[in-house]
Amino acid sequence: MNKKKLKDLEQTALRVREHIIRLSGNGGCFIGASLSCADLIVYLYKEFLNISPKNFRNPKRDYFFLSKGHDVPALYGTYVELGWLEEARLKNHLKTTDNIYWHPNRNIPGIEFHSGSLGHNLSVAMGVAMDCKLRKQRNKIVVVVGDGELNEGSMWEGLLVASAYKLDNLIIVVDRNQFQANMQTEDLIPLKPLTKKFSAFGCSVKKINGHNFEQMGKAFSKIPFEKNKISVVIAETVRGKGLPSIQKRADRWFVNFKKEEIEQLLKELHGSKKTKLTSETIVAR
Amino acid sequence: MTYEDLIFELINKDDRYMIMTSENRSAMRNITAKIKNNFIDTGITEQTLIGMAAGLALRGRIPIVHALATFLTMRAFEFIRTDIGIGNLPVKIVGAVPGFLSDGNGPTHQAIEDVSIMRGIPNVNVFCPADEDDMLKCLPKIFESTSPFYIRYNNTKPVVEHSKFEFGKAEMFGEGNDVAILVYGFLFSEAFKTKQILESKGYSVRLINIRTPKPIDEKAILKAVDECKLIVTIEDHFITGGLNTILAEVLLRNKKTANVLPFAFMNKWFKPGLLNDVLEYEGFTAKQISEKISKQIAFSI
Repeated sequence: MNKKKLKDLEQTALRVREHIIRLSGNGGCFIGASLSCADLIVYLYKEFLNISPKNFRNPKRDYFFLSKGHDVPALYGTYVELGWLEEARLKNHLKTTDNIYWHPNRNIPGIEFHSGSLGHNLSVAMGVAMDCKLRKQRNKIVVVVGDGELNEGSMWEGLLVASAYKLDNLIIVVDRNQFQANMQTEDLIPLKPLTKKFSAFGCSVKKINGHNFEQMGKAFSKIPFEKNKISVVIAETVRGKGLPSIQKRADRWFVNFKKEEIEQLLKELHGSKKTKLTSETIVAR
Repeated sequence: MTYEDLIFELINKDDRYMIMTSENRSAMRNITAKIKNNFIDTGITEQTLIGMAAGLALRGRIPIVHALATFLTMRAFEFIRTDIGIGNLPVKIVGAVPGFLSDGNGPTHQAIEDVSIMRGIPNVNVFCPADEDDMLKCLPKIFESTSPFYIRYNNTKPVVEHSKFEFGKAEMFGEGNDVAILVYGFLFSEAFKTKQILESKGYSVRLINIRTPKPIDEKAILKAVDECKLIVTIEDHFITGGLNTILAEVLLRNKKTANVLPFAFMNKWFKPGLLNDVLEYEGFTAKQISEKISKQIAFSI
């Protein structure tokens, strides 16, 4: 990956993180998970997927599904940076006059399908992948899932079926931030050995650092990893990436920050000292 | 003409139709080889079946999904509600062996709350055909409709020839004023025989084949309430949330009341066995129903 491209991706991801931080006040958002997948989402839309407002209705476009819907702030931020969504609309977050809320919905141009209930968008993406295969179209269908989401039986049920139908146009990206709502995945329902689990279900798996654009570039350029197999990218990420004061913290899952905290967090994102946070996490589950 | 003939014809005319099943092939067993490009069997996976149907619908397809009514509407309930309902996608959800038709299977297989839970989902409509003839006459329009539909599959032999389907309209038999019998689905044939028995005893009866509990033909019900002395509801469904509840909702919405005699399952599953024996055991034969109605009429006139 050339330096110019790398710099552009890094700068874009930084601005997406700023949007996410600003969305974490006035009602709050799922900030930790949004920050963990921000780099992945920026990379996918800018470098990998053939999706733009010009082809939103073209059946030959690529498809993107955010199955772990609670990190939609990363998607809103990316759409702003791509110029698909007016930045001013982010101020409407959680306002009943707009459709920008805690989970994705199809009123936002670019969002293919709603999510929020975990374990759904894999099978929806499979339906799309199946239809593309039947029509002999070569679209790529990407679905981003959470590691906590892998607790859901429908994920493994879906993998069985996707493997049976050899959906090698389907790409599953696991945002492996090691956390589910309230605790570390390995402390509740351990997922290890995750690569072996996916392989055993017939997938072809690559593990990357989900904050390293060069590694993303290398891995995604090889898709499909193997003919007739689903490609799975396990992206090792950090919950709260970019903000040391909330990174890897179970109690910073969903927070509604105060104005002063947000201002300080924005500075922290740019290298300033850790923010003193007093707002409590809201346990929504 | 059979259900298989109908879907085979549909696919030949319109490539958008996708026949899907979670390994319940009884309704399309003989044509799967001929419709390969429009047929998907996901194995015993009701959730994935519905999710994939949603994905196919996003691509402009019209999926017709099949599984046993209990597993389809309940195991995959949240997928139907969240993917099909919220998405308002034109997926047709066909539940096999609903109500009494699960005969000897036992309570695990008794879909007798399906109408209640499916009609409770915004955007999702419900069709309960009286028999094979009714089903085949109505389905083309239901499949064509852009809304999601839950269909109580019923290929039992008809006791009467049905009329053309009109969206949201019930099918009327007679204009009698003593008793109005409201019925949907498989029990239509018992209701039809009940009407004949009652008429032979000198009562004037109208029979209303509801066809679509949602959208409900409110006009037909209100007319019956205004003109008849007794309203009977017959359904192989729990008393909660089905036809009896729909009638109550219509009455309340219109500030009316009526003498109502319901035939439904009162908070219990039915006794499994051979279909005719089950009907007898549970008191749903035309003879048993007409006897109860006759007794009730005395109080209602």
